[in-house]
Amino acid sequence: MTAIKRRRGMALLAGGLAAGMLLAACGGSDDSASDSAGEETAAEDTAAEDSGGEEDAGGEEDAGGDMAAGCEAYADYMGNEGTTVNVFTSILPPEQQLFEEAWAGFEECTGIDIVYEASDQFEAQLPTRIAGGNAPDIAWIPQPGLLERLVADGGPVAAPAATEALVDEYWNPAWKGYGTVDGTFYAAPLGSNMKSFVWYSPQVFADNGYEVPTTWDELWALSDQMVADGIDPWCGGLESGGATGWPATDWLEQVMLRLYGGDVYDQWVSHELTFQSPEVEAAMDVVAGWMKNPEYVNGGFGDVQTIALTPFQDAGAGIPTGECGMLQQASFYANFWQNFDENATVGPDGTAYAFYLPEISSEFPQPVVGGGEFVAAFADRPEVQAVQTYMASPDFHTSKAALGNWVSANSGVPLDTYAADSIDQLSAEFLTDPNGIFRFDASDLMPAAVGAGEMWTQMTAWFAEDKPTAEVLADIDAAWPAS
Amino acid sequence: MSVEAHEMPRLPDVDPLEDKPESIPQAARRKLSSPWASFIVVVITFLWTIPTLGLLITSLRPAADAQNSGWWTFFANPAVTFSNYAEVITGGDTIPSGITPYFFNSFAIAIPAAIFPLTLACMAAYALAWVRFKWSTAVFFGIFALQVVPLQMALLPLLQMFNLGWSLGPIPIFPDLNRPGSEQSLLAGTYIPLWIAHTMFALPLAIFLIHNFIAQLPRDLMEAARVDGASHFLIFRKIVLPLSVPAIASFAIFQFLWVWNDLLVALTFAGGTPDVAPVTAYLANVKGTYGAQLHLITAGAFIAIVVPLIVFFALQRYFVRGLLAGSVKG
Repeated sequence: MTAIKRRRGMALLAGGLAAGMLLAACGGSDDSASDSAGEETAAEDTAAEDSGGEEDAGGEEDAGGDMAAGCEAYADYMGNEGTTVNVFTSILPPEQQLFEEAWAGFEECTGIDIVYEASDQFEAQLPTRIAGGNAPDIAWIPQPGLLERLVADGGPVAAPAATEALVDEYWNPAWKGYGTVDGTFYAAPLGSNMKSFVWYSPQVFADNGYEVPTTWDELWALSDQMVADGIDPWCGGLESGGATGWPATDWLEQVMLRLYGGDVYDQWVSHELTFQSPEVEAAMDVVAGWMKNPEYVNGGFGDVQTIALTPFQDAGAGIPTGECGMLQQASFYANFWQNFDENATVGPDGTAYAFYLPEISSEFPQPVVGGGEFVAAFADRPEVQAVQTYMASPDFHTSKAALGNWVSANSGVPLDTYAADSIDQLSAEFLTDPNGIFRFDASDLMPAAVGAGEMWTQMTAWFAEDKPTAEVLADIDAAWPAS
Repeated sequence: MSVEAHEMPRLPDVDPLEDKPESIPQAARRKLSSPWASFIVVVITFLWTIPTLGLLITSLRPAADAQNSGWWTFFANPAVTFSNYAEVITGGDTIPSGITPYFFNSFAIAIPAAIFPLTLACMAAYALAWVRFKWSTAVFFGIFALQVVPLQMALLPLLQMFNLGWSLGPIPIFPDLNRPGSEQSLLAGTYIPLWIAHTMFALPLAIFLIHNFIAQLPRDLMEAARVDGASHFLIFRKIVLPLSVPAIASFAIFQFLWVWNDLLVALTFAGGTPDVAPVTAYLANVKGTYGAQLHLITAGAFIAIVVPLIVFFALQRYFVRGLLAGSVKG
């Protein structure tokens, strides 16, 4: 009996606890529902404290930056004190802190609280939130294709004229095109990355007396020289989990843009030019003579087929050791060298450095394939427009670029903002050149069924099974959605 | 412990069949408790623990080691640090606030989201099992059938309901709660949509499990109480609830763990900012854009599983009994 009593007592206790928690929880909910203003104030207080701390840190670095002088730069954005702007992005911490640091001064002066929210589920969450009536004020959209889909569903609002003026002034015109849907300009570019790089080891090049090639012919002469010296000139890796195959689409894009220029590339992206057209076939032949050439690949790993199996992160493992001469990869590959050697550095005297993949003909000067995010707004409140415009300004881009590990294609950012000889500086040099041909990564622009599906699969089969080129191209064309 | 367990109020139909010839379950039990079976269980347990062990070891390794080599190389090169845990708890470069606000959010989400459906389900289950009313069986089967509706299907309509309101013709079912001067609902950025959503998603299974348990309680008890003049509420409170503790506790564990581990519902209804997001959102973000923060995500994961472990061990003796009682009805 005592046991039963004790048990009952426990049950009562548990029940009482539960009831207590319930009450406490309800109390909490009342607070947050009815007194949301108080909650906001609290949030602002913490934000103010945070940015205050950052401001102090900035003050120490920058002796001349006292409040009033700093705030003059933000005159255009004034008049929105006490407002909040939500920013939803796919860029996770620790990069988040750098963005918050970059706009701390803006928040301080204008009184606009920018609330940053990041999610690795960004692309699934954003359409859900928009459809659910819970759209963020601003979202950083990593693909122009996604922007187009959102506009078709009626999400984003057109960018204010001030934002558009900044984009006209500071970006290569191609960028504005990617932020424009059906003639309306929605989104200014934010960060960018540069894909037209070839990574190499400065040490290996120096030891063998190789020169960095500056023309297409020199590149192949160097490759043949490496073969003669017993070095596999090229290496590559396609494995990337669910996205396996994307590096090979980059190779094809590089060649397409170099062979035919921007207009044909745009036709290819919009499928006016099919994959089975002679132009794409010729480009595939160039890629075949490069990355499927058994004499050239796969440095550090084995034969051509190993390209399909090697994780793209590991592809450059042979570069520091001299087993592989060169690797075509994007600027962000700079983050991976430390995987091979903890003390690896990137630079002209470092473990690895990159050179620009040369143009094929002077008819299409300096083609650059790249990527980036776009700042789209889903509300037209004045504070949202102020933040949107600020995020396109050279001020913000310079302040962010100065914090490192980030590249802007905004030509208003002085090149010496970046660390000297860093890969960021090299990227910016090419991305901001007004005479170059910039095009966005084609597979990011094509419909997902192709650009994030069949094209990856077929390019992987092309390497893994040596599937005939004609079949690969026919199968990609077949996957293009009938619209 | 064993004495206590023996004196538990026991249902007549689960009494051990002591004097009868060996039944199939007993034969199975005897065979499964042979030394070989035990050996196999130990081996399987060991194998299943290896990934967790790897997680634990990675969480204790310095950042560079964790990123550059597999956890098994730890045995050749043992270097232990608690700095990963320190960074996760107190905050660091990656997420300055550390895990603490997220941890409290998880409690604030999971405790009400376990209590609300439990309370409603107990009352509904009692009514469906012991209160005679027209269509009660049909209602029960309707609720049971709702389990086939996938949660993901309900996300978008629910979100619209919370943010834009919902009305059936001219009758407002859920008001449009807009913040003055803003397009955002009053509910955005609070726990309330999460509680409601989790409660809704949990109810069908909760009612089903608890109903089956409550329906098995001896009819004599109820009738005796009825004869003594007890109301339904009194019977529910004094007889049904105390006797249903195993089922209630097992469902409480179930629901708490499910909500604690949930990321999808939390991200959809509350978002990922530190004032509302749960621990799972912290874990998803702390890995970084290139997934390079192995040492932090493992340490964070270990801190996050402490709570489910405590809950489970505190209530585990009810767990199997309660689930079985609910699922293998008569």
